[in-house]
Amino acid sequence: MLVDRFNTLARRIPTAALYILCALPAPWLFYLGVTGGLGAEPIKALERELGEIALQLVVAGLAITPLRRFLGVNLLKFRRALGLMAFFYVSVHLSVWLFLDVQIAAQIWADIIKRPYVTIGMVGFLMMIPLALTSNNYSVRKLGQKWRRLHKLTYVVAILGAIHFIWLSKGFQLEPLIYLSVILGLLAFRIRPQRRKQAA
Amino acid sequence: MAFRWKNDLTEAAVTPEHIYMNRRQWIAGAAAGLGLAGMGGTARAKEGALQPNEWDDITSYNNYYEFGTGKDDPARYADRLTTQPWTVKIDGMVERPADYTVEDIMAKMTIEDRLYRFRCVEAWSMVVPWNGFELADLLNMAGVQSGAKYVAFETALRPDEMPGVQFPVLDWPYVEGLRLDEAMHPLTIMTTGIYGRDIPNQNGAPLRLVVPWKYGFKSIKSIVRITLTDQEPPTSWNKANPREYGFYSNVNPTVDHPRWSQATERQIGGGLFAPRIPTKMFNGYEAEVASLYDGMDLTKNF
Repeated sequence: MLVDRFNTLARRIPTAALYILCALPAPWLFYLGVTGGLGAEPIKALERELGEIALQLVVAGLAITPLRRFLGVNLLKFRRALGLMAFFYVSVHLSVWLFLDVQIAAQIWADIIKRPYVTIGMVGFLMMIPLALTSNNYSVRKLGQKWRRLHKLTYVVAILGAIHFIWLSKGFQLEPLIYLSVILGLLAFRIRPQRRKQAA
Repeated sequence: MAFRWKNDLTEAAVTPEHIYMNRRQWIAGAAAGLGLAGMGGTARAKEGALQPNEWDDITSYNNYYEFGTGKDDPARYADRLTTQPWTVKIDGMVERPADYTVEDIMAKMTIEDRLYRFRCVEAWSMVVPWNGFELADLLNMAGVQSGAKYVAFETALRPDEMPGVQFPVLDWPYVEGLRLDEAMHPLTIMTTGIYGRDIPNQNGAPLRLVVPWKYGFKSIKSIVRITLTDQEPPTSWNKANPREYGFYSNVNPTVDHPRWSQATERQIGGGLFAPRIPTKMFNGYEAEVASLYDGMDLTKNF
C-alpha cells in the first residue's frame, strides 16, 4: 500500500530535519530584505511573508489529525515541530512589526488597543505562549488530559490568525478568505466522525 | 494656461539636465529608446529639496488592483494593457463633449515637470518626478458648463487584459471624483510621464490623475472617461468601505484611518531599517490648498 510505504518513510525522517527545514526561510527572507530581494518596501514584505509562513504551519499542523483519520497517513510525530515553528514565525513576525514597522513605542500600545486587527493578532500570539511552553514531553506527562484540552486553543489561534489576515487586507481579497475556509474545513473534519459515532 | 504653479520643491537641478529631452521629441514618443533607466540614482537634490525616488521603486511598488492586490502584481501583469489607441470620453456638463484621443489632447497641452510628494493611504510615501499638464487646461478645452460642481473619473475595465478584475475586490470599473475647485487647482495634474519617460502601464498609462495633497487612491489611473456633473460622484474606495475612505481623502496626520495611524509614514526606498517620518498636513501642500476647505470639519469630511 502506498500509505504504508509513506508512513514507513515518514518514520525514518528525524523531526530535527523538519525543524531545520522550517527554520531556513527566516534567515533567507532577512537576507533578501537587506539585499533588496523583497522589493521596494522590504519591511512590509518581510512582515507579510513571515505571517503567511506562520499561518501555513498552523494549517499544516491542523491537517495532521484529519490525514490520519481519513487517509491513514501518520505524521503525528511532526505536529509539535510544526506548532513550535509556527510560534517561532509569529514571534519573528511580531518583532518585525514592533521594531522595524511601528518603531514608535508610544504608538505600539495605541495600535494594539485601537486597531482590532492588531488586537486579534496579539490575542492569537498570547494564546500561543502557553501552547509553546507546554510543547515538551514533561508537560504532556504532567498535564495529561488537561494538556489535550489546553492544546485545543490551537483551533482558536488558527481562526484568529485567519481573521487577522482578512481584516488587515484592503478590500475584499481572495487569499485570506482561502486560509479561513481551509482552516474551518480542517476543523470541521474533527466534528463529523463523532456525529457518526452517535448515529451508529 | 500652463505654469500657474511654481514648483519650488524641484530646485531645478534635481534631475541632471541631459536626461531632459526636447518636449516635442518626447510627445512624439521618442523617449522610449533613449535608455534612461537608472537615472533616478544619479539625481541629486540641493539641500532641503525633495529627493525623488528611483525609477525602479516608482514602477515596481504599485497599487493597481485591476492587475492584482500584490504590490508587484501591476509591474508583472500591466504590460497586457493596450494603451494605443486610447480615447478619453469627456461628457456631462461640458460645452464640447467628445471622445478625445490621447494624441489630440497631448497636441493641445503643455507638459511640465512636477516633483510631488505622493502619500498612500497605507502610510507609505514616495517622491515622484511626474510629467504632465494641468487638469484645468483639459477641462477648459472641453468647456465646463456653469452649473458643474464635480468631476467624475473612470478607469478602463478590460477583463481580457486585467487579471485582477476577475475577483470583486472592488466594484469595477474603478471610479473617482473631485470637487470642481479641487480639479481646477493648479496642483492637480494629468500625468503622462515619469522622469521624462512615458508613464509605465502599472503607474496608470497613458493618462492618470495626480492630486498630490490627497491619498494616492484619489489619483485614478488609466482614465477612459471624465464626466462633469452637479452631483458628488461615487468613488470606488468610499463605496467599498465608507467608514475608512471618505470622498475627500485629504492627507491629514490628525485623522487616523480606522485601522492604522496616519501620523507618520515610511518613505519607500529606505530599505529594511528605514525610519518613519511625520506626515505633513495636506501632504505638505497646506499653503496651496488649505483654503479650499475653509469652514469644513475635516474629521467629518475626511
